[in-house]
Amino acid sequence: MMEAVVVKDLSKVYDKDKTAVDAVSFSVEQGEIFGLIGPDGAGKTSIFRMLTTLLLPDGGSATVDGFDVVKDYKQIRSRVGYMPGKFSLYQDLTVEENLNFFAVIFNTTVQENYHLIKDIYMQLEPFKTRRAGKLSGGMKQKLALCCALIHKPSVLFLDEPTTGVDPVSRKEFWEMLKKLKAQNISIVVSTPYMDEANLCDHIALIQSGKILSVDSPANIVRSYPEDLYAIKAENMRSLLKALHQYNEVLDSYAFGEYAHVAFKDKHPDLSKIRTYLEQQGVNGTDLKKTEVTIEDSFIKLLKN
Amino acid sequence: MRTIRFLLQKEFRQIFRNRAILAMVIVMPVIQLLILPMAANYEVKNINIAIIDNDHSSYSQKLISKITSSGYFKLTGYNFSFKEAFRLIETDDADLILEIPRGFERNLVRENGQKIFIAVNAINGTKANLGGVYLTGIIKDFNGEVRLQLVPPAKFDRTLSIDIASSNWFNPFLDYHVFMVPGILAILVTMVGGFLAALNIVKEKEVGTIEQINVTPIKKHHFILGKLIPFWVLGNVVFTLGLIVAWLIYRIIPVGNIFLLYSFVSVYLLAVLGFGLLISTFCETQQQAMFIMFFFMMVFILMGGLFTSIDSMPDWAKAVSQFNPVSYLIEVMRMIILKGSGFKDILRQLGIIALFAVVFNGWAIFNYKKTS
Repeated sequence: MMEAVVVKDLSKVYDKDKTAVDAVSFSVEQGEIFGLIGPDGAGKTSIFRMLTTLLLPDGGSATVDGFDVVKDYKQIRSRVGYMPGKFSLYQDLTVEENLNFFAVIFNTTVQENYHLIKDIYMQLEPFKTRRAGKLSGGMKQKLALCCALIHKPSVLFLDEPTTGVDPVSRKEFWEMLKKLKAQNISIVVSTPYMDEANLCDHIALIQSGKILSVDSPANIVRSYPEDLYAIKAENMRSLLKALHQYNEVLDSYAFGEYAHVAFKDKHPDLSKIRTYLEQQGVNGTDLKKTEVTIEDSFIKLLKN
Repeated sequence: MRTIRFLLQKEFRQIFRNRAILAMVIVMPVIQLLILPMAANYEVKNINIAIIDNDHSSYSQKLISKITSSGYFKLTGYNFSFKEAFRLIETDDADLILEIPRGFERNLVRENGQKIFIAVNAINGTKANLGGVYLTGIIKDFNGEVRLQLVPPAKFDRTLSIDIASSNWFNPFLDYHVFMVPGILAILVTMVGGFLAALNIVKEKEVGTIEQINVTPIKKHHFILGKLIPFWVLGNVVFTLGLIVAWLIYRIIPVGNIFLLYSFVSVYLLAVLGFGLLISTFCETQQQAMFIMFFFMMVFILMGGLFTSIDSMPDWAKAVSQFNPVSYLIEVMRMIILKGSGFKDILRQLGIIALFAVVFNGWAIFNYKKTS
């Protein structure tokens, strides 16, 4: 099966010395959801803009649907859908007008590919005469997705589609992506949210323009080398300080209301640790083994 | 074609939903045409004059009443010494001092001649210049009258003199409205067209919609045409409104062919819109576009021959004006509206403007890149 996107040593340097994307390589299989996971400023948007032919790469190569992003940009433009991170539809046109407009400039009609957007558009239908600028954040995202889909793209690029969207809408949005995947549309999505990583088939963890790891979320979690423990205490700060000073601890960091700890010993003596913490004056501890998450893997990769 | 039609539909929708643009296109030109020609008047009236009459004769009285009744001068001082009169100049209460010497009437009658003294405050150059000229004219006129009284007509033939009688063509009463209105209309058309075009593409950049447009297979020239045509139509609307105001308020009816006028403006609008689009392809924000456009507009307007005649500019400035599209429009507007010039007369200007249109638009299309 041909790959939807192949990226090889792709680089982008701004102002001669600011490397935004540093020799990035990955490939996206047809009909899968591929996630670019990384914090703000990691270079996700630059990669998207190069893949959608908006930005010329400074090194390396990339193909989308078999077409080169530099040479065959014309073919790419008519077969990808792009949803930029910033809402970029015409705010002074209505929902319907925006959709019609994008259908026309892709030389198609709304009717022709209505089946693709039907599920999403039905929720927008009651507001179709409302101007896009007056829609709620979640509605705007749905409209943008409709506009990006209207020409039946083979690859869909979604740059941080759920940033600034409420949790319910985010969940809905991912449901929609799953349905699109079922239509054999390849989807490349970027997100700063680690919880969304599990919803992708493959993810690339990216930081400062470099890819730290590319694999399926399950494999990334599985390759985490140590067992991970979660500890809770009344006083988080003194707990972290105590863990930090403890020479049996390999790594420790705050993780929500818990602290995640990895120990040097494969089978650590938990009672010994509890006693140590009590000696240090850390009271009310609750220590248990925990599941490794993508976020833990990411933190681990970042520290290496 | 279908793409262009939809692009146009979209642009017009956006324009009609933006009240500020509509106001800018319709209300602003009308108001400016109502106010500016009234204010921008070259005629110098109300020149303040201080007179020192040392003679107090009937002739000096006659001269003074002739000056004050001319309508140009306002007698703000009737003084007894130059020092006193000069104080008025210093306090800006007088622009001119006329000193009539003692024995003015006697010497005029007996010795056939007399000198009088005029001092002009030249801080306001135009006013000083025109005031001096007007006053000299009045005195000359007075001189003629006096001669007619004193010298028997039979002897008249003995002195040779050239008498100049002038008549003003195309604007017989030297009405400044007639002169200013076509020029101001030219500037309005330029401003509305240029600014709207310059700000429009930049707005798409600023809002981010251009990102979405750029990933589509839309052709560059389609996109640019979609921007050009709506503003071209708006420019013609402004021009028509201006002509209506000129006709209703100033009774200016184009002497020449109105279709020729519209043809020229149509080509001209293409050039100005192309210029606006070109600027917008260089800018990232509306603020940048606004300032750059403003800079060029100032140069275009001040060197366009509306306020100061291009003929009286230094050679380098004349050369610069060759590249100023506004100067051609002002020229042609005056030619067709006031003089009734025909197609052949404006052929040169039309050719140059058409060249501007091709260059600006071509450059804009070339410079608008969908990939950065």
